Amino acid sequence: MAEKIKFGFLLAGGCAGCEMALVDMSEKLLDALGHLDVVFWAPTVADVKYKDLEAMEDGYIDLAFVDGMIRNTENEHTVKVLRQKSKTLVAFGACASLGGIAALGDCHSQEELFSQAYKDTFSTDNPDGIYPQPECTWEGKYDLTLPAFTNRVSTIDQLVEVDYFVGGCPPHHDFIAQLVQAIVSGNLPAKGSWLTSGKAVCDICKRNPADHDQKRLPIGEVFRTVDGRPDEDKCLLQQGYICFGPVTQGDCGASCLNVNIPCRGCGGPIPGVRDYGARCVSTITSSLKDDETAEEFVKKFNDMAKFCYRYSYSAGILNQKLTPGK
Amino acid sequence: MSFNPNIVGFACQWCTYAGADLAGNLRCKYPPTIKLIKVPCSGSVEPEYILESLARGADGVLVGGCHYGDCHYKDGNYKTSRRMTVLKKMIEDAGFDPRRFRLEWISGAEGKRFAEVVEEFTRELQELGPNPVKEDA
Ligand code: SF4
Ligand code: SF4
Ligand code: SF4
Repeated sequence: MAEKIKFGFLLAGGCAGCEMALVDMSEKLLDALGHLDVVFWAPTVADVKYKDLEAMEDGYIDLAFVDGMIRNTENEHTVKVLRQKSKTLVAFGACASLGGIAALGDCHSQEELFSQAYKDTFSTDNPDGIYPQPECTWEGKYDLTLPAFTNRVSTIDQLVEVDYFVGGCPPHHDFIAQLVQAIVSGNLPAKGSWLTSGKAVCDICKRNPADHDQKRLPIGEVFRTVDGRPDEDKCLLQQGYICFGPVTQGDCGASCLNVNIPCRGCGGPIPGVRDYGARCVSTITSSLKDDETAEEFVKKFNDMAKFCYRYSYSAGILNQKLTPGK
Repeated sequence: MSFNPNIVGFACQWCTYAGADLAGNLRCKYPPTIKLIKVPCSGSVEPEYILESLARGADGVLVGGCHYGDCHYKDGNYKTSRRMTVLKKMIEDAGFDPRRFRLEWISGAEGKRFAEVVEEFTRELQELGPNPVKEDA
């Protein structure tokens, strides 16, 4: 048997959902583990420390996944080290590839984020309004440190070179199984690619009007998901429930549509799209009937940036250049 | 504080671009702030082009199309209008001043109007100052 692939997994600024998704492969993961030698998986699963990673030779790890975005100095440091120690680095999931949900924090100032997290939330008891400090001295003698908040959220490839990208929040476990299979068999595309089928969610979606010999018609009325219950079989976009399926990669198997929820774009942009939010605007508005419907759309969704860039704010063309929270 | 804004203009070849030509023929005076890019239809201007221009430091972006009913491709400009309404809101919600972005319907017969729009937009941008995302701003 060929030598095992030395595998590493780092949780950067994510929620560990991506790692759960890998574990959700269940028996398929056990099969895969036959080919993988887990040399690093921190800080969640394996009992290895950052210093063990730092002690490795450069290029020691054959294949490493990172989930989560860059949100603090610890993420910055560990991702840089991991890049050095790995031959192939995969940005795994929406956060690592595009910024993810947490990147929407860049629509707010640091002060707003901190007061929400450490002061204003109803379950928080912090009358003195103490915020975490990167450095402090305890009892006059212990120097304590914490990772410092970065000015903004970054994707992994905004910090280091990334070999492959995988979308999804988290990536669907069936899709991960195919992916791991492809990696184990060495069947990989050109570096810098997304490891996906390249198909849009609409291509996979059972509701696609084209599959039912129906034409797509202009949309005259726009609904939010709280406005009512859409027909379970018909295309949501056609019913006026804004769905980003046309511009999103469908490796999830159209999961949301299967449970009557519109696609919000966690799979990442279909090939050829430079800016996810801008392409959402372009695609959705072309389906709207007239100027009044466009006005209604704008009125109903009170934060168009958060809506269109729900998972991809950091990867937006303009967004990385704006000062967070204005 | 005489600041010379840098405006990127996307002009439909059937109307606004012809209008700019006419402005030249009529010897209309307007500031040399706009760099025009001829496009087949204002409906072919992807929002991505506009964001790219602004991200690379354009102080303003002007999209020029045909008046309603005059589109060479029937409904390209209607799509432009809907797109730009939503794009403007998206840019604004992300914290960027939407006044740096302007949509105008200018026909091939409106040379004077073209000059006026450039003049007016230039003045507005001078009041706003340089694009804050510009690296050297
Ligand atoms: S992509 Fe989603 S599941 Fe994965 S780390 Fe980010 S938030 Fe969690
Ligand atoms: S727009 Fe949404 S509901 Fe309609 S076919 Fe595409 S993915 Fe399915
Ligand atoms: S349908 Fe869209 S939002 Fe839902 S899981 Fe798939 S890609 Fe993500």
